[in-house]
Amino acid sequence: MQELSMHVLDIAQNSVAAGATRIEISVRIDTAARRLTLVIADNGKGMSEEVRQRVTDPFYTTRTTRKVGLGLPFFAQAAKAAQGSLNITSAPGKGTSVVADFQLGHIDLAPLGDMDGTIVGLIQCNPSLDFSYNVWADGQTFCMDTRELREQLGEVPLSNVQVAVFLRQYLREHTENLLKRSTIL
Amino acid sequence: MKSLEELAAIRDKMKNIVNTREADEGNIRVVVGMATCGIAAGARPVLNAFTEEVARRELGNVTVTQTGCIGICQYEPVVEVYQPGKEKVTYVKMTAEKVARVVGEHLVGGKPVDEYTIGAFQK
Repeated sequence: MQELSMHVLDIAQNSVAAGATRIEISVRIDTAARRLTLVIADNGKGMSEEVRQRVTDPFYTTRTTRKVGLGLPFFAQAAKAAQGSLNITSAPGKGTSVVADFQLGHIDLAPLGDMDGTIVGLIQCNPSLDFSYNVWADGQTFCMDTRELREQLGEVPLSNVQVAVFLRQYLREHTENLLKRSTIL
Repeated sequence: MKSLEELAAIRDKMKNIVNTREADEGNIRVVVGMATCGIAAGARPVLNAFTEEVARRELGNVTVTQTGCIGICQYEPVVEVYQPGKEKVTYVKMTAEKVARVVGEHLVGGKPVDEYTIGAFQK
């Protein structure tokens, strides 16, 4: 994956597959501590401790159609390459939380990339699920929750393409200045 | 800066479109493969390009959505087009640049872009 935001999209798909009804995605940029932290947390079906320990093994998958599962191993690799780590906490019936952290400015840190596209893509393709998106950058914050979007939209679904186009512009305007702090050297 | 209150304007605009179009034309579904394989190959810009083009042309009868891995990872990004009464069309190795033609010729014009389909790649 060329961008961290593509990992976020991929890992959030696991939440969708796990039957989550609410998925919380957050980006935390702390330039003083030189840390970037990405969190994908859901209320899906969760994993047993045995499964949790094996999910970063590329030759472990719950799929029956093939023998590899590369999403979490790729994400773990991206974190490790940038002096970071991937931590997964999970409880069956409660949900899963994936936390990846990275060293800002590290030469092997992949760019955050198009977070707007990731968030809008998830919302557009899963219009019945609740998403929250939080950005924290050196004390400045942005939050969006699909529940407040639905209040405005009434019966128009979040899958509507006009809504998706609007949300991309909305997110760009509100988060561009925060997210660009992740590019410090 | 845009504010979420502007969504109310989209809601009002959509009311009219939904009422006038949906009854006449069959709903078309554009489905983008968004598993690890699809995302790594560039599915997200393809999804975005379809969304932008369908919105720009105000095609009220088209939904753009996702699916998981359909088992042809080597052809990702894969896009399937479902239209009532017609056979499914599978586009492979899609790019954002190819999207405008698919929307114009297939979704609007009704004629699939054969050279982008899986049939053309497997020959």
